Amino acid sequence: MNLLIFLAVVLGTLVLVRLMSIVQLVSSLAGDDDEAETIKDNKLNALFMLGFMVVGLILVVYMIIRFKPYMLPVAASIHGVETDSLLNWNFLVIGIVFFITQIALFWYVFRYQYRKGERAYYYPHNNTIEFIWTVIPTIVLSVLIITGLSSWNRITSTDDKHGMVVEVYGKQFKWIVRYAGGDNKLGPSNFRKISPVNELGLDSLHQDTEDDVIASELHMPVNTPMQFYFHSSDVIHSAYFPHFRAQMNCVPGMTTNFYFVPTITTAKMREITGNPKFDYVLLCNKVCGNAHFNMNAKIVVETKEEFQRWYKSQKTAFPKSDGKTAEVQQSTVNEKITASK
Amino acid sequence: MELREKLAVEHGDHEHEGEHGHHDHHEQTFWTKYVFSTDHKMISKQFLITAVFMAFLAMAMSMLFRLQLGWPDTKFQFLESVIGKWGKDGKLDPGFYLALVTIHGTIMVFFVLTGGLSGTFSNLLIPLQCGARDMASGFLNMLSYWFFFGSCTVMMVSLFIEAGPASGGWTVYPPLSALPEAIKGSGLGMTLWLASMALFIVSALLGGINYITTVINLRTQGMSMTRLPLTIWAFLITAILGVLSFPVLFAAALLLIFDRSMGTSFYLSDINLNGIALEHSGGSPVLYQHLFWFLGHPEVYIVLLPALGLASEIIATQSRKPIFGYKAMIGSMLVIAFLSFIVWGHHMFITGMNPFLGSVFVFTTLLVAIPSAVKVFNYIATMWKANIVLSPAMLFAIGLVSFFISGGLTGIILGDSALDINLHDTYFVVAHFHIVMGASAIFGMLAGVYHWFPRMFGRMMNKKLGYAHFWLTITSVYGVFFPMHFIGLAGVPRRYYANTAYEGFDSLVNINTMISTFAILGGIAQLLFALNFFYSIFKGKKAPLNPWNSNTLEWTAPIEHLHGNWPGPIPTVHRWPYDYGKPGAEHDFIPQTVPRDQTISSNRNDDDH
Repeated sequence: MNLLIFLAVVLGTLVLVRLMSIVQLVSSLAGDDDEAETIKDNKLNALFMLGFMVVGLILVVYMIIRFKPYMLPVAASIHGVETDSLLNWNFLVIGIVFFITQIALFWYVFRYQYRKGERAYYYPHNNTIEFIWTVIPTIVLSVLIITGLSSWNRITSTDDKHGMVVEVYGKQFKWIVRYAGGDNKLGPSNFRKISPVNELGLDSLHQDTEDDVIASELHMPVNTPMQFYFHSSDVIHSAYFPHFRAQMNCVPGMTTNFYFVPTITTAKMREITGNPKFDYVLLCNKVCGNAHFNMNAKIVVETKEEFQRWYKSQKTAFPKSDGKTAEVQQSTVNEKITASK
Repeated sequence: MELREKLAVEHGDHEHEGEHGHHDHHEQTFWTKYVFSTDHKMISKQFLITAVFMAFLAMAMSMLFRLQLGWPDTKFQFLESVIGKWGKDGKLDPGFYLALVTIHGTIMVFFVLTGGLSGTFSNLLIPLQCGARDMASGFLNMLSYWFFFGSCTVMMVSLFIEAGPASGGWTVYPPLSALPEAIKGSGLGMTLWLASMALFIVSALLGGINYITTVINLRTQGMSMTRLPLTIWAFLITAILGVLSFPVLFAAALLLIFDRSMGTSFYLSDINLNGIALEHSGGSPVLYQHLFWFLGHPEVYIVLLPALGLASEIIATQSRKPIFGYKAMIGSMLVIAFLSFIVWGHHMFITGMNPFLGSVFVFTTLLVAIPSAVKVFNYIATMWKANIVLSPAMLFAIGLVSFFISGGLTGIILGDSALDINLHDTYFVVAHFHIVMGASAIFGMLAGVYHWFPRMFGRMMNKKLGYAHFWLTITSVYGVFFPMHFIGLAGVPRRYYANTAYEGFDSLVNINTMISTFAILGGIAQLLFALNFFYSIFKGKKAPLNPWNSNTLEWTAPIEHLHGNWPGPIPTVHRWPYDYGKPGAEHDFIPQTVPRDQTISSNRNDDDH
């Protein structure tokens, strides 16, 4: 098999070289580089340039329309709606620039193709026009920066006291979700304590750990501010919540955070997308090893009641001595949820 | 010919300042002439051919992983024949997928677009366009190539080791790249990667200091800085960027070597891998990212500026018109170069670094869009009311501008941190950087090859094949990378072996298949280039002295390569290189060597730029 492939490659190369010499012969017979031939080539290529522009721009518009259904559905978070709007404005601005400049480029190539006996217009510089097309982009870009930064500031200046505290922990190759429970404080973790039965390296004796609840899916009560903390103990992962327009790296040796408010339940999103099997997802978005592509977790956004039902069925980090699970802490969690209304 | 003799008579056979000795008896052996040559023209060809070879290798790798992405459920039996155990049963091994992606990126960014672009064209054009006999140090130049060759060899060797090559992405972030237990490629493969990059950095530095020294010190009589072609400005600025930023990559790599082999904790802390708590403590992976991207960002301008320089030259020559805004072009390159040092954090918005720091980088990043825009406008203005000759080189230069517009605009979106939150590490980023580098810059390189092939090899490449190559390539490249934006907007992460883990991505399979189809088409189209390139070196039509009717000095040196470039004295320069289509002039171009008293009819139209 290998021999055949090798022979095919060798023969193929010889054939191609032969073809090449034929091409070369034809070229020189046809007087490839003399002026008439050059002008013919110019005309043809100029026409192709124009054609490429027209077909290309039509295809761009076509793709935008055709691929729209595959795009992410409406943002399922408060800030996500804002950044989506910002994105659309940005696309509008760059879209206009794209069309104007590409059309100018290809049109000029066609319009000003070589004409024998004519000369180009000797126009080496114009400082006024340089000034104009420096200032206008500066103004436009300044608007884009200012709006972008104002969003960024809003998104990243979170108040730790707000929001239901949840840790999203990434490890090769899965996600572990830890709810801070009634005290809204995560128990401390220590990488030296990590073991198969204690994947997060938690301190079983610490009071903050008592009500921490561990899950393999991320559930969120709708319209509840969520304060996420991210961590990893092996390599860098990235917690990517595309539907919520949220992302943050999980870095060994430091704790990172991100805050957002989910606004659309899974059920509602199933309606919106027309897909009864739709589910939100948490994806790993920083290459972390061979199974990087398979490191995801289901996310569910549900009503507060549904969330409480689910939460009660989850286990705490360490089994309670009195056999009760998260139920004990429910009242405090309830307060948190009511307070956020 | 007449002109040069006239010059020799008028100005005498004097040696210009800085010119090193006359090499009369230069006995050259096969080894010193073809292998360890110190002649910049030979070295530029060595860089080019090595880079072309590496480019085809990296492209073949991309074909393999695009097969996987386009047809995730198909088994390709031939895979096992090509890559052995990594293609068992016709399925690409997921670990090797990451290795392919890593090495593809490393080869393309460093070996092809830095070594191949800067190495080839800086070497070819700096002495010739400045009017120098050779580079300031032929010996360092020779070393620069052989270190480059060495780094390519080591990288290729890493492909064959048992545990596989480096696999952490071309950015090789620790801890993944520091811990072989986390991924197999981080063992010997990563060590070889680091060794290869160390050699490459040495090569780049040797080259860079040579280029800077030659441009500053060895310009011929009359060649003031503002009479230099834009290619030289681009190469000079690029070399300065390289000299200032490559050492930081070296530092990043060195610290990584220490972490991997000597138990230090620059990048590592609080790690528990497979149940074992590692002793490293106090380090931060984010430190690596800062160091890496401190080079990483200037690196992309090291890739881009030479391409832009080549395009400026080709566009002006083939438009038969001066480049519009010569001084603005220089100014914008200087501003881009300066700003390129203070934007690196836009690669790191999602790392967990302080959001305020992120804001600073947003601000500086959007600033760098301004001079880039100015350059695009100047290219377009050059073509306005021009008289354009569409050689294959010109087609590629136009393609460069088109891709630079497309890619540059999406950069504006990614530079906005609020928007980057959802786009970071998705295919939107992959589309962006491929369009600016894998399309725009490579088109610059191809344009350079087509345009200066006669200068390098004394023969012409076949024009018709060049046209076919261009049209197939531009169609394929847009076909591959434009749809990728949509996949990225849909939330698909990069460096994913398959998109099958989340059902929401199922609808995107068709787009992926289309992308892979265009990729394969594009790959095949490059064979046209390879064929044309190698065949024409030996059997191409013999080139005239100045096939493009260009003004710059390299076209005044004889076609038969002379050690020392010009047989007599080095030409003197009397004007800038952009006297194309000057009113009052006899021809539509006036080479830089033509004295003022021979162009009395057109002197009044001098541009005071």
